[in-house]
Amino acid sequence: MNKPIETSRTAEEFLKGLWRENPVFVAVLGMCPVLAVTNTAINSLAMGLATLFVLIFSSLLVSTFRNVIPKQVRITAFIIIIATFVTVVDFALAALAPDIHKELGAFIALIVVNCLILGRQEAFASKNPIGLALADATGMGLGFVFALFCLGALREILGSGTLFNFPLFGEGFEPWVIMILPPGGFFTLGFLLLFINWLQNRRQKQQTASMN
Amino acid sequence: MNEQVPQPTPLDLEPEPSSFKLIFTLGLVGLLSGLILAGAYLYTLPIIEANKAAALQRAVYEVLPGCAEFQTLELRDGRLLPPPETEGSGEQSDPAPRIFAGFTADGQLIGFAIQAQQAGFQDQIVGIFGYRPEQQLIVGFEVLESKETPGLGDKIMKDPAFIANFSALAVEPLPKLVKKGEKAQPHQVEAITGATISSRAVVRLLENGLDQWREPIRNYLSTQNAKDE
Repeated sequence: MNKPIETSRTAEEFLKGLWRENPVFVAVLGMCPVLAVTNTAINSLAMGLATLFVLIFSSLLVSTFRNVIPKQVRITAFIIIIATFVTVVDFALAALAPDIHKELGAFIALIVVNCLILGRQEAFASKNPIGLALADATGMGLGFVFALFCLGALREILGSGTLFNFPLFGEGFEPWVIMILPPGGFFTLGFLLLFINWLQNRRQKQQTASMN
Repeated sequence: MNEQVPQPTPLDLEPEPSSFKLIFTLGLVGLLSGLILAGAYLYTLPIIEANKAAALQRAVYEVLPGCAEFQTLELRDGRLLPPPETEGSGEQSDPAPRIFAGFTADGQLIGFAIQAQQAGFQDQIVGIFGYRPEQQLIVGFEVLESKETPGLGDKIMKDPAFIANFSALAVEPLPKLVKKGEKAQPHQVEAITGATISSRAVVRLLENGLDQWREPIRNYLSTQNAKDE
Protein backbone atom coordinates (compact mmCIF):
# COMPACT_ATOMS: atom_id res chain seq x y z
CA MET A 1 0.00 0.00 0.00
CA ASN A 2 3.04 2.20 0.13
CA LYS A 3 3.49 2.63 -3.59
CA PRO A 4 0.51 4.85 -4.51
CA ILE A 5 1.26 7.20 -1.61
CA GLU A 6 4.88 7.48 -2.72
CA THR A 7 3.91 8.25 -6.31
CA SER A 8 1.35 10.84 -5.34
CA ARG A 9 3.89 12.49 -3.03
CA THR A 10 6.43 12.61 -5.88
CA ALA A 11 3.82 14.00 -8.26
CA GLU A 12 2.83 16.56 -5.64
CA GLU A 13 6.44 17.72 -5.16
CA PHE A 14 6.80 17.97 -8.93
CA LEU A 15 3.56 19.85 -9.56
CA LYS A 16 3.84 22.45 -6.80
CA GLY A 17 6.71 24.29 -8.54
CA LEU A 18 4.83 24.66 -11.80
CA TRP A 19 2.07 26.89 -10.53
CA ARG A 20 1.01 26.85 -6.86
CA GLU A 21 4.52 27.63 -5.54
CA ASN A 22 5.96 28.96 -8.77
CA PRO A 23 9.44 30.31 -7.93
CA VAL A 24 8.94 33.55 -9.88
CA PHE A 25 5.23 34.36 -9.78
CA VAL A 26 4.53 33.21 -6.21
CA ALA A 27 7.83 33.02 -4.32
CA VAL A 28 9.38 35.93 -6.32
CA LEU A 29 12.84 34.33 -6.21
CA GLY A 30 15.74 34.77 -8.60
CA MET A 31 14.72 38.21 -9.80
CA CYS A 32 18.11 39.08 -11.30
CA PRO A 33 17.89 36.82 -14.37
CA VAL A 34 14.10 37.27 -14.50
CA LEU A 35 14.49 40.98 -15.11
CA ALA A 36 17.82 41.10 -16.88
CA VAL A 37 17.78 38.55 -19.68
CA THR A 38 14.13 38.24 -20.62
CA ASN A 39 14.26 40.74 -23.48
CA THR A 40 13.71 38.02 -26.08
CA ALA A 41 11.96 34.67 -26.00
CA ILE A 42 15.06 32.76 -27.01
CA ASN A 43 17.27 34.39 -24.35
CA SER A 44 14.78 33.73 -21.59
CA LEU A 45 14.32 30.14 -22.71
CA ALA A 46 18.09 29.57 -22.74
CA MET A 47 18.48 31.13 -19.30
CA GLY A 48 15.57 29.07 -17.94
CA LEU A 49 16.96 25.82 -19.31
CA ALA A 50 20.46 26.58 -17.98
CA THR A 51 18.97 27.19 -14.53
CA LEU A 52 16.88 24.01 -14.80
CA PHE A 53 19.99 21.97 -15.59
CA VAL A 54 21.95 23.41 -12.68
CA LEU A 55 19.03 22.95 -10.29
CA ILE A 56 18.45 19.30 -11.22
CA PHE A 57 22.09 18.23 -11.00
CA SER A 58 22.80 20.18 -7.82
CA SER A 59 19.72 18.71 -6.14
CA LEU A 60 20.74 15.21 -7.20
CA LEU A 61 24.22 15.57 -5.72
CA VAL A 62 23.10 17.36 -2.57
CA SER A 63 20.40 14.77 -1.93
CA THR A 64 22.82 11.89 -2.55
CA PHE A 65 25.36 13.23 -0.07
CA ARG A 66 22.86 14.72 2.39
CA ASN A 67 23.92 12.37 5.20
CA VAL A 68 27.65 12.76 4.54
CA ILE A 69 28.00 16.55 4.49
CA PRO A 70 28.32 17.93 8.05
CA LYS A 71 25.79 20.67 8.80
CA GLN A 72 28.50 23.18 9.66
CA VAL A 73 29.86 23.27 6.11
CA ARG A 74 26.72 22.49 4.15
CA ILE A 75 26.25 25.93 2.59
CA THR A 76 29.85 25.98 1.38
CA ALA A 77 29.47 22.50 -0.06
CA PHE A 78 26.19 23.45 -1.79
CA ILE A 79 27.75 26.53 -3.34
CA ILE A 80 30.74 24.55 -4.64
CA ILE A 81 28.40 21.99 -6.19
CA ILE A 82 26.20 24.68 -7.74
CA ALA A 83 29.18 26.66 -9.05
CA THR A 84 30.58 23.52 -10.66
CA PHE A 85 27.46 22.91 -12.70
CA VAL A 86 27.10 26.58 -13.59
CA THR A 87 30.62 26.55 -15.02
CA VAL A 88 29.80 23.39 -16.95
CA VAL A 89 26.75 25.15 -18.43
CA ASP A 90 28.91 28.17 -19.24
CA PHE A 91 31.40 26.05 -21.19
CA ALA A 92 28.66 24.05 -22.88
CA LEU A 93 26.80 27.16 -24.07
CA ALA A 94 30.00 28.76 -25.33
CA ALA A 95 30.71 25.61 -27.31
CA LEU A 96 27.24 24.77 -28.59
CA ALA A 97 25.46 28.12 -28.90
CA PRO A 98 28.05 30.91 -29.01
CA ASP A 99 25.48 33.50 -30.09
CA ILE A 100 23.24 32.89 -27.08
CA HIS A 101 26.29 32.75 -24.84
CA LYS A 102 27.31 36.18 -26.11
CA GLU A 103 23.82 37.58 -25.45
CA LEU A 104 23.52 36.20 -21.92
CA GLY A 105 27.06 37.22 -21.01
CA ALA A 106 27.73 37.51 -17.30
CA PHE A 107 24.25 36.32 -16.35
CA ILE A 108 25.24 32.70 -16.91
CA ALA A 109 27.92 32.95 -14.22
CA LEU A 110 25.39 34.68 -11.96
CA ILE A 111 23.21 31.55 -11.82
CA VAL A 112 25.51 30.58 -8.92
CA VAL A 113 23.91 33.21 -6.72
CA ASN A 114 20.34 32.59 -7.88
CA CYS A 115 18.62 32.13 -4.53
CA LEU A 116 16.10 29.77 -6.09
CA ILE A 117 18.82 27.13 -6.47
CA LEU A 118 20.47 27.48 -3.07
CA GLY A 119 17.00 27.77 -1.54
CA ARG A 120 15.87 24.42 -2.93
CA GLN A 121 19.07 22.73 -1.70
CA GLU A 122 18.65 24.08 1.82
CA ALA A 123 14.88 23.69 2.06
CA PHE A 124 14.38 20.44 0.20
CA ALA A 125 17.20 18.44 -1.38
CA SER A 126 19.31 18.28 1.79
CA LYS A 127 16.39 16.74 3.73
CA ASN A 128 14.74 14.42 1.23
CA PRO A 129 15.58 11.24 -0.69
CA ILE A 130 16.84 11.43 -4.26
CA GLY A 131 13.53 10.69 -5.98
CA LEU A 132 11.65 13.47 -4.23
CA ALA A 133 14.56 15.89 -4.64
CA LEU A 134 14.60 15.19 -8.36
CA ALA A 135 10.84 15.76 -8.62
CA ASP A 136 11.08 19.00 -6.66
CA ALA A 137 14.03 20.31 -8.69
CA THR A 138 12.41 19.45 -12.02
CA GLY A 139 9.11 21.04 -11.03
CA MET A 140 10.68 24.20 -9.68
CA GLY A 141 13.05 24.42 -12.64
CA LEU A 142 10.24 24.01 -15.18
CA GLY A 143 8.20 26.58 -13.28
CA PHE A 144 11.15 28.96 -13.61
CA VAL A 145 11.47 28.21 -17.35
CA PHE A 146 7.74 28.82 -17.80
CA ALA A 147 7.85 32.14 -15.95
CA LEU A 148 10.92 33.36 -17.81
CA PHE A 149 9.39 32.37 -21.12
CA CYS A 150 6.19 34.29 -20.33
CA LEU A 151 8.20 37.42 -19.66
CA GLY A 152 10.54 36.94 -22.60
CA ALA A 153 7.77 36.25 -25.10
CA LEU A 154 5.64 39.20 -23.94
CA ARG A 155 8.59 41.59 -23.99
CA GLU A 156 9.77 40.44 -27.39
CA ILE A 157 6.29 40.64 -28.93
CA LEU A 158 5.69 44.17 -27.62
CA GLY A 159 9.25 45.46 -27.78
CA SER A 160 10.38 44.12 -31.15
CA GLY A 161 7.14 42.96 -32.77
CA THR A 162 8.60 39.48 -33.23
CA LEU A 163 8.54 36.08 -31.54
CA PHE A 164 11.64 33.88 -31.89
CA ASN A 165 12.71 36.50 -34.46
CA PHE A 166 9.68 35.88 -36.68
CA PRO A 167 7.92 39.17 -37.37
CA LEU A 168 4.33 39.03 -36.10
CA PHE A 169 2.94 42.34 -37.25
CA GLY A 170 3.07 44.22 -40.51
CA GLU A 171 5.45 47.01 -41.42
CA GLY A 172 3.20 49.53 -39.68
CA PHE A 173 3.96 48.24 -36.17
CA GLU A 174 6.09 50.61 -34.13
CA PRO A 175 7.93 48.53 -31.49
CA TRP A 176 7.71 49.71 -27.89
CA VAL A 177 11.45 49.86 -27.42
CA ILE A 178 11.00 50.43 -23.68
CA MET A 179 9.74 46.86 -23.28
CA ILE A 180 13.12 45.35 -24.19
CA LEU A 181 15.00 47.89 -22.05
CA PRO A 182 15.36 47.31 -18.29
CA PRO A 183 12.19 49.25 -17.29
CA GLY A 184 10.17 46.95 -19.55
CA GLY A 185 11.24 44.02 -17.39
CA PHE A 186 9.81 45.66 -14.30
CA PHE A 187 6.59 46.65 -16.09
CA THR A 188 6.02 43.16 -17.48
CA LEU A 189 6.80 41.42 -14.21
CA GLY A 190 4.57 43.84 -12.32
CA PHE A 191 1.62 43.29 -14.61
CA LEU A 192 2.08 39.50 -14.58
CA LEU A 193 2.21 39.44 -10.75
CA LEU A 194 -0.88 41.64 -10.66
CA PHE A 195 -2.70 39.29 -13.00
CA ILE A 196 -1.74 36.16 -11.09
CA ASN A 197 -2.67 37.62 -7.71
CA TRP A 198 -6.00 38.76 -9.14
CA LEU A 199 -6.59 35.23 -10.45
CA GLN A 200 -5.81 33.65 -7.10
CA ASN A 201 -7.91 36.14 -5.18
CA ARG A 202 -10.85 35.43 -7.43
CA ARG A 203 -10.44 31.69 -6.97
CA GLN A 204 -10.30 32.07 -3.19
CA LYS A 205 -13.46 34.17 -3.21
CA GLN A 206 -15.23 31.58 -5.31
CA GLN A 207 -14.15 28.85 -2.91
CA THR A 208 -15.38 30.70 0.16
CA ALA A 209 -18.61 31.55 -1.64
CA SER A 210 -19.26 27.92 -2.55
CA MET A 211 -18.52 26.84 1.01
CA ASN A 212 -21.16 29.11 2.48
CA MET B 1 10.80 27.27 38.17
CA ASN B 2 8.34 28.21 35.48
CA GLU B 3 11.13 29.86 33.54
CA GLN B 4 11.35 28.48 30.03
CA VAL B 5 14.73 27.06 29.21
CA PRO B 6 15.44 27.89 25.55
CA GLN B 7 14.89 24.78 23.52
CA PRO B 8 18.25 23.56 22.16
CA THR B 9 18.24 23.27 18.39
CA PRO B 10 19.08 19.85 16.94
CA LEU B 11 22.41 21.23 15.81
CA ASP B 12 23.48 21.82 19.42
CA LEU B 13 22.53 18.32 20.47
CA GLU B 14 24.77 16.61 17.98
CA PRO B 15 28.42 16.34 18.91
CA GLU B 16 30.54 18.86 17.04
CA PRO B 17 32.26 17.01 14.19
CA SER B 18 36.04 17.19 14.25
CA SER B 19 37.73 19.88 12.20
CA PHE B 20 39.36 17.11 10.25
CA LYS B 21 35.98 15.84 9.09
CA LEU B 22 34.89 19.32 8.00
CA ILE B 23 38.08 19.95 6.08
CA PHE B 24 38.02 16.47 4.59
CA THR B 25 34.45 16.89 3.33
CA LEU B 26 35.14 20.25 1.75
CA GLY B 27 38.36 18.94 0.24
CA LEU B 28 36.49 16.03 -1.26
CA VAL B 29 33.74 18.26 -2.67
CA GLY B 30 36.42 20.54 -4.12
CA LEU B 31 38.27 17.62 -5.65
CA LEU B 32 35.11 16.25 -7.28
CA SER B 33 34.19 19.68 -8.57
CA GLY B 34 37.71 20.13 -9.95
CA LEU B 35 37.52 16.83 -11.78
CA ILE B 36 34.16 17.67 -13.37
CA LEU B 37 35.37 21.13 -14.38
CA ALA B 38 38.64 19.89 -15.84
CA GLY B 39 36.71 17.34 -17.88
CA ALA B 40 34.19 19.89 -19.14
CA TYR B 41 36.95 22.39 -19.94
CA LEU B 42 39.07 19.93 -21.88
CA TYR B 43 36.06 18.72 -23.78
CA THR B 44 34.68 22.14 -24.75
CA LEU B 45 37.93 24.10 -25.26
CA PRO B 46 38.63 22.96 -28.85
CA ILE B 47 35.00 23.61 -29.83
CA ILE B 48 35.03 27.08 -28.28
CA GLU B 49 38.34 27.96 -29.97
CA ALA B 50 37.02 26.68 -33.29
CA ASN B 51 33.86 28.78 -32.87
CA LYS B 52 35.89 31.91 -32.24
CA ALA B 53 38.18 31.25 -35.18
CA ALA B 54 35.18 30.55 -37.42
CA ALA B 55 33.47 33.78 -36.32
CA LEU B 56 36.62 35.77 -37.05
CA GLN B 57 37.13 34.06 -40.39
CA ARG B 58 33.53 34.65 -41.42
CA ALA B 59 33.91 38.31 -40.43
CA VAL B 60 37.04 38.69 -42.57
CA TYR B 61 35.21 37.44 -45.67
CA GLU B 62 32.25 39.60 -44.74
CA VAL B 63 34.15 42.89 -44.54
CA LEU B 64 36.34 42.24 -47.60
CA PRO B 65 33.93 41.56 -50.47
CA GLY B 66 35.57 39.45 -53.16
CA CYS B 67 38.06 37.94 -50.75
CA ALA B 68 38.70 34.27 -51.49
CA GLU B 69 41.45 33.56 -49.00
CA PHE B 70 43.39 35.48 -46.43
CA GLN B 71 46.76 35.46 -44.75
CA THR B 72 47.43 36.45 -41.16
CA LEU B 73 50.14 39.07 -40.69
CA GLU B 74 51.74 40.16 -37.46
CA LEU B 75 53.15 43.54 -36.61
CA ARG B 76 56.68 43.19 -35.26
CA ASP B 77 59.18 46.07 -35.09
CA GLY B 78 56.89 48.16 -37.28
CA ARG B 79 56.88 45.58 -40.06
CA LEU B 80 54.17 43.19 -41.22
CA LEU B 81 55.38 39.61 -41.25
CA PRO B 82 53.71 36.21 -41.42
CA PRO B 83 53.42 34.68 -37.94
CA PRO B 84 56.40 32.48 -36.97
CA GLU B 85 55.97 28.82 -37.88
CA THR B 86 57.19 27.45 -34.55
CA GLU B 87 54.22 28.87 -32.69
CA GLY B 88 52.22 25.63 -32.95
CA SER B 89 49.32 25.37 -30.55
CA GLY B 90 51.28 26.65 -27.56
CA GLU B 91 50.06 29.96 -26.23
CA GLN B 92 52.24 32.95 -26.89
CA SER B 93 53.11 34.98 -23.85
CA ASP B 94 52.63 38.25 -25.69
CA PRO B 95 50.80 37.80 -28.97
CA ALA B 96 51.75 40.46 -31.51
CA PRO B 97 48.87 42.50 -32.97
CA ARG B 98 47.73 40.96 -36.22
CA ILE B 99 45.71 41.81 -39.30
CA PHE B 100 44.46 39.78 -42.20
CA ALA B 101 45.48 40.33 -45.81
CA GLY B 102 42.76 39.25 -48.22
CA PHE B 103 43.42 37.89 -51.69
CA THR B 104 41.19 37.13 -54.66
CA ALA B 105 41.01 33.61 -56.06
CA ASP B 106 43.90 34.35 -58.45
CA GLY B 107 46.15 35.67 -55.71
CA GLN B 108 45.64 39.42 -56.14
CA LEU B 109 45.86 41.41 -52.90
CA ILE B 110 42.52 43.20 -52.46
CA GLY B 111 42.81 44.64 -49.00
CA PHE B 112 43.20 44.16 -45.29
CA ALA B 113 40.78 43.21 -42.53
CA ILE B 114 41.70 45.24 -39.47
CA GLN B 115 40.50 44.55 -35.95
CA ALA B 116 40.21 47.49 -33.56
CA GLN B 117 38.40 48.55 -30.42
CA GLN B 118 36.97 51.61 -28.76
CA ALA B 119 34.98 52.31 -25.61
CA GLY B 120 31.28 52.44 -26.46
CA PHE B 121 28.28 53.37 -24.36
CA GLN B 122 28.66 50.43 -21.97
CA ASP B 123 31.82 48.53 -22.70
CA GLN B 124 34.54 48.11 -25.29
CA ILE B 125 33.25 47.69 -28.82
CA VAL B 126 35.47 45.33 -30.78
CA GLY B 127 35.02 45.53 -34.52
CA ILE B 128 36.68 44.49 -37.73
CA PHE B 129 36.71 46.47 -40.96
CA GLY B 130 37.90 45.94 -44.50
CA TYR B 131 40.40 48.47 -45.83
CA ARG B 132 41.55 48.81 -49.43
CA PRO B 133 44.79 50.81 -49.38
CA GLU B 134 44.87 51.35 -53.16
CA GLN B 135 41.58 53.24 -53.16
CA GLN B 136 41.85 54.57 -49.58
CA LEU B 137 38.45 53.07 -48.87
CA ILE B 138 36.79 51.20 -46.06
CA VAL B 139 34.69 48.52 -47.74
CA GLY B 140 32.96 46.78 -44.86
CA PHE B 141 32.52 46.78 -41.11
CA GLU B 142 31.31 44.27 -38.58
CA VAL B 143 31.01 44.32 -34.79
CA LEU B 144 32.66 41.34 -33.12
CA GLU B 145 31.88 42.15 -29.48
CA SER B 146 29.74 44.81 -27.88
CA LYS B 147 27.38 45.33 -24.96
CA GLU B 148 25.53 48.35 -26.40
CA THR B 149 21.97 49.04 -25.26
CA PRO B 150 19.55 46.58 -26.85
CA GLY B 151 17.18 48.41 -29.19
CA LEU B 152 19.28 51.58 -29.41
CA GLY B 153 23.06 51.19 -29.41
CA ASP B 154 23.00 47.67 -30.75
CA LYS B 155 21.71 49.10 -34.02
CA ILE B 156 25.39 49.55 -34.87
CA MET B 157 25.26 45.88 -35.77
CA LYS B 158 21.60 45.55 -36.81
CA ASP B 159 20.60 48.72 -38.65
CA PRO B 160 21.14 48.11 -42.38
CA ALA B 161 21.20 51.86 -43.10
CA PHE B 162 24.06 52.36 -40.65
CA ILE B 163 26.02 49.37 -41.89
CA ALA B 164 25.62 50.66 -45.45
CA ASN B 165 27.78 53.62 -44.39
CA PHE B 166 30.79 51.34 -44.48
CA SER B 167 30.39 49.73 -47.88
CA ALA B 168 32.48 52.50 -49.47
CA LEU B 169 33.79 55.00 -46.95
CA ALA B 170 36.67 57.27 -47.85
CA VAL B 171 39.43 57.53 -45.24
CA GLU B 172 41.10 60.63 -46.67
CA PRO B 173 40.20 62.86 -44.81
CA LEU B 174 39.41 60.64 -41.82
CA PRO B 175 35.79 59.47 -41.44
CA LYS B 176 33.50 61.96 -39.75
CA LEU B 177 30.14 61.52 -38.07
CA VAL B 178 27.18 63.57 -39.36
CA LYS B 179 23.47 63.55 -38.53
CA LYS B 180 21.14 61.16 -40.28
CA GLY B 181 20.33 62.30 -43.80
CA GLU B 182 23.20 64.78 -44.01
CA LYS B 183 25.81 62.63 -45.72
CA ALA B 184 27.23 64.57 -48.64
CA GLN B 185 30.90 63.60 -48.74
CA PRO B 186 32.37 60.12 -49.20
CA HIS B 187 34.13 60.30 -45.82
CA GLN B 188 30.99 61.06 -43.80
CA VAL B 189 29.14 58.54 -41.66
CA GLU B 190 25.46 58.99 -40.86
CA ALA B 191 24.80 58.52 -37.15
CA ILE B 192 21.95 56.45 -35.75
CA THR B 193 19.26 58.66 -34.26
CA GLY B 194 19.17 58.00 -30.51
CA ALA B 195 22.53 56.22 -30.49
CA THR B 196 25.00 59.00 -31.14
CA ILE B 197 27.52 57.74 -28.60
CA SER B 198 27.59 54.26 -30.09
CA SER B 199 27.82 55.68 -33.61
CA ARG B 200 30.69 57.97 -32.62
CA ALA B 201 32.45 55.05 -30.94
CA VAL B 202 32.33 53.13 -34.23
CA VAL B 203 33.88 56.05 -36.11
CA ARG B 204 36.61 56.33 -33.46
CA LEU B 205 37.16 52.60 -33.68
CA LEU B 206 37.83 52.99 -37.40
CA GLU B 207 40.23 55.84 -36.67
CA ASN B 208 42.06 53.74 -34.07
CA GLY B 209 42.50 50.92 -36.55
CA LEU B 210 43.67 53.25 -39.31
CA ASP B 211 46.09 55.04 -36.97
CA GLN B 212 47.72 51.82 -35.96
CA TRP B 213 47.85 50.05 -39.29
CA ARG B 214 48.07 52.56 -42.13
CA GLU B 215 51.80 53.11 -41.80
CA PRO B 216 52.75 49.41 -41.51
CA ILE B 217 50.48 48.62 -44.47
CA ARG B 218 52.14 51.33 -46.59
CA ASN B 219 55.58 49.92 -45.73
CA TYR B 220 54.42 46.41 -46.42
CA LEU B 221 53.03 47.34 -49.82
CA SER B 222 56.18 49.21 -50.87
CA THR B 223 58.42 46.29 -49.92
CA GLN B 224 56.06 43.87 -51.73
CA ASN B 225 56.23 46.04 -54.86
CA ALA B 226 60.03 46.25 -54.61
CA LYS B 227 60.13 42.45 -54.40
CA ASP B 228 57.96 42.07 -57.48
CA GLU B 229 60.15 44.30 -59.62
